[in-house]
Amino acid sequence: MKRTAAETAASNARMTRRGILLGGAQLGFMGLLGLRMRYLQVDQADEFRLLAEENRINIRLIAPARGEIFDRNGVIIAANEPSYRITIVREDAGNVEEVIARLSTLIELDDAALNRAMTEMKRSAPFLPVAVAERISWEEMSRVAVNAPALPGVTPEVGLSRLYPHGPDFAHVIGYVGPVSDYDLSKIDDPDQLLLIPRFQIGKVGLEAKREDKLRGKAGTKRVEVNAVGRVMRELDRREGQPGDDLQLTVDQKLQSYIQARLGEESAAAVVMDCNTGEILAINSAPSFDPNLFVRGISVADYSALTENDHRPLATKSVQGTYPPGSTFKMVVALSALEAGTIDSKTTHWCPGHLQVSNRRFHCWKRGGHGHMNLETALRESCDVYFYELALEVGIEKITNMANRLGLGVKHGIPMSAVAGGLTPTKEWKARNRDTPWVIGDTVNASIGQGFVLASPLQLAVMSARLASGKAVEPTLVKSINGIDQTVPAEDVPDLDVNPNHLRMVRQAMFAVSNHRKGTAYSQRIIMDEYRLAGKTGTSQVRNITAAERRAGVIRNEDLPWGRRDHGLFVNFAPYDNPRIAVAVIVEHGGGSSAATPIARDITLQALFNGDPPLEAYPSKDRGRIRSQQERLRQEYLARQSNDRGRA
Amino acid sequence: MSYLEHSVKSVPSGFRKILHLNWALILLLIAVSSVGFLMLYSVAGGSFSPWAEAQMKRFLMGLVLMFGIAMVPIWFWRNVSGVLYLGSLVLLVLVEIMGSVQMGAQRWIDLGFMRLQPSELMKITLVMFLAAYYDWLPAKKTSRPFWIILPIVIILVPTFLVLRQPDLGTALLLLMGGAMVIFIAGVHWAYFAVVFAMGIGLVTAVFQSRGQSWQLLKDYQYRRIDTFLDPASDPLGAGYHITQSKIALGSGGWTGRGFMQGTQTRLNFLPEKHTDFIFTTLAEEFGFLGAVSLLALYALVIVFCVASALQNKDRFSALMTMGIAGTFFLFFAVNMSMVMGMAPVVGVPLPLVSYGGSAMLVLMVAFGMVQSAHVHRPR
Repeated sequence: MKRTAAETAASNARMTRRGILLGGAQLGFMGLLGLRMRYLQVDQADEFRLLAEENRINIRLIAPARGEIFDRNGVIIAANEPSYRITIVREDAGNVEEVIARLSTLIELDDAALNRAMTEMKRSAPFLPVAVAERISWEEMSRVAVNAPALPGVTPEVGLSRLYPHGPDFAHVIGYVGPVSDYDLSKIDDPDQLLLIPRFQIGKVGLEAKREDKLRGKAGTKRVEVNAVGRVMRELDRREGQPGDDLQLTVDQKLQSYIQARLGEESAAAVVMDCNTGEILAINSAPSFDPNLFVRGISVADYSALTENDHRPLATKSVQGTYPPGSTFKMVVALSALEAGTIDSKTTHWCPGHLQVSNRRFHCWKRGGHGHMNLETALRESCDVYFYELALEVGIEKITNMANRLGLGVKHGIPMSAVAGGLTPTKEWKARNRDTPWVIGDTVNASIGQGFVLASPLQLAVMSARLASGKAVEPTLVKSINGIDQTVPAEDVPDLDVNPNHLRMVRQAMFAVSNHRKGTAYSQRIIMDEYRLAGKTGTSQVRNITAAERRAGVIRNEDLPWGRRDHGLFVNFAPYDNPRIAVAVIVEHGGGSSAATPIARDITLQALFNGDPPLEAYPSKDRGRIRSQQERLRQEYLARQSNDRGRA
Repeated sequence: MSYLEHSVKSVPSGFRKILHLNWALILLLIAVSSVGFLMLYSVAGGSFSPWAEAQMKRFLMGLVLMFGIAMVPIWFWRNVSGVLYLGSLVLLVLVEIMGSVQMGAQRWIDLGFMRLQPSELMKITLVMFLAAYYDWLPAKKTSRPFWIILPIVIILVPTFLVLRQPDLGTALLLLMGGAMVIFIAGVHWAYFAVVFAMGIGLVTAVFQSRGQSWQLLKDYQYRRIDTFLDPASDPLGAGYHITQSKIALGSGGWTGRGFMQGTQTRLNFLPEKHTDFIFTTLAEEFGFLGAVSLLALYALVIVFCVASALQNKDRFSALMTMGIAGTFFLFFAVNMSMVMGMAPVVGVPLPLVSYGGSAMLVLMVAFGMVQSAHVHRPR
């Protein structure tokens, strides 16, 4: 095609114009890009740099060592043991099956744990370690470490795990720890970041749970650089945490272990207190269980064995169990009558074996009756009618008031799980909680610790201690935290504010219980003068005795099924002249106080002698039996010790 | 206009042509590509494999190709431009029929030694064919409606094919690249105004069609547009690319974190760090200064091309050179806008820097054309 020169020139000029225009526009847009760069990289640099750091740097927590727990003499009760475990990183292992097969020739692998590990491995990211064996022995761990080249991706790891060297003896006191569960987290509003560490252990029950705040410690942190999928590339720095506080208990491990063995398989509880300071020297509940099982993850079979046992090993009977105190409540009634001035030591009442109160006949445990009773003889022989009379004169309000002053019906603040407040009934209480109003019969029932009255072994021990010392002692369980003393010195404990003469009368009567020929606990006395005990027996009915049964003759406890037998109770303090300890023992369905009294005496002597007492403390006819019992318990203790060592 | 019209004597011949190459432009290309090698070495964690080494080989290959093309007289390329255009079109149809499926898009033909993306080829051949068309068309006819329809068809056919693959980025580049050539060729303003209005209409239609039976784009393309408009709405999902890219870019600051110190790239927060998002690595490691330097290099490439075109009295050469410069501009402008959160993520590589065979070779071919036009310009 031909074109004129003018045309060409015009079109070329236009092209040049447009070319420059377009080129200019392009440069202009580049300027815009430059400005945007400046905005992002210079003006907003700080903000983006911060975002980048957040992207890249991950703060990992380092679990602190949990505080350890010791007894009053420094014996370790809750320890941290190094726990070895084997982890596999799928990515590094290559052929996981082959590596595990090789591993199983070196150490024993639990099939169930292995299956769990395999499923976890399939689910989690390939570079995350998965535990295939936990709590392996040091030998096993070293075998794995030596064979490391043949085991790609396999790493032996060391962590800290809780160990309770005295197993069942302290199970109810300090409880146990376990991995944090979703349920635990749901109960906490703002959970400590530590709790989110997988497998982090927290106190589940008992002291471990109640003093979690002290025991846990503060997390350390390490800053690690991670990539987009969360793999740790390197550690940037670390700040060590603060280990948890060590706790020292007021409990004496030797006494605690002795009592646990002495209670054996009975469904029972015992509390030993220093009656001047309130320090708890032993607090047992039987039967018990091995808390180490829970730390390791208890099997379904073991757990159901514990829950299905009718002796309820998991219940902390010493503080959680509340029982009708039975005749052990009579000191409260006696003291309230003395304080109210309705009786003195010489006041007598006639016991014909029963008492008629508004159409209802209340029986004494002794069918024929006790005859003339005064304070000392009534308490010594545990005459019911005498106390019926006292209660009718004094009234329930004063009795309840005295019970509270002696520590019954009061929730004592010790760091154990499910501490019960018990019950000391009042008229208002009944009006609020029962449909029927208070009747005089309720007062009569309460006077012998039946009816609505409920007390825990701990409360009975507190009562006993307060009677013995005349001080308003409060039970304490923790002696020191990280070496800082937590106890109240005896001279700082306030007085009970009860006439000392009245207290002396009650104490004297309690002395007679154990040391007068006619006393209900005379057969279980201590015959060394400087260790004599003063106590009170108690039998609490768990069933009603009908009029028909009473006519036909009350069924003997031995003939009843276990669950319907009477509870046996005993409270005491010793030595009588200079009280040091207070003891409360309850044997559930023991068939009567005779189940509790010998145990209480053995415990008392053990506590006073700080070990096995000389046989001379016992009446001569008991010595043969006591000797063989001491021998048997010693053997059992030694056997258990070596067993524990083997397991640990 | 024929071969003889040019004063052949003044055009260098034989190896003398090498002396008349636009050496400044060649040096610029080498500089830009070297930035690419450096970044590919960095994103591979300080290693030539797998990317930097392959990229260098391709660049050398491309350089040889460029020299080869530059030696061939520009009028030859003009004469075959129609054939090249039709060839590219056939290849495009071919991938449509038998192309392998990768990343949800059918884009390339396996040549054995490399994978060829016909859509990349089309970017050049389209520009060349349009330039040849306007070279052939008498100037007074340029703005006549009939003669406008033809180039529009020439542009829209491949654009439509590429859009079907689907490759929104390349389609956009083809459309805009072609439009640039038409614009420079001198078509009347009014047409552009009409097209602009229609463009707005199209955008409206694209949004309106969403969820309808006649939906114009794929769902993932809509999602990309959504996240472009509000990347913070889904920072870990669809907005991840843009958010992470901006974080990496912004954390570079004035001077950057230093070579191989870019944490975001190193730790894989950035997606496709060796291809479409390589600019963020550069910006993170060398900061604002590094990013602006690359931008300046690109600007110089454009300036040298436009200057070469303006000197060139051959209509085809000038049109083609400016068209190629425009396409090159579109490449990096779209890519940079994308990583800086100014445009949706459409999948356009950073020219000569991003890892990728087809794009690199095609660009070198294009610059071969520019060199040929420069060497064989009428004097």
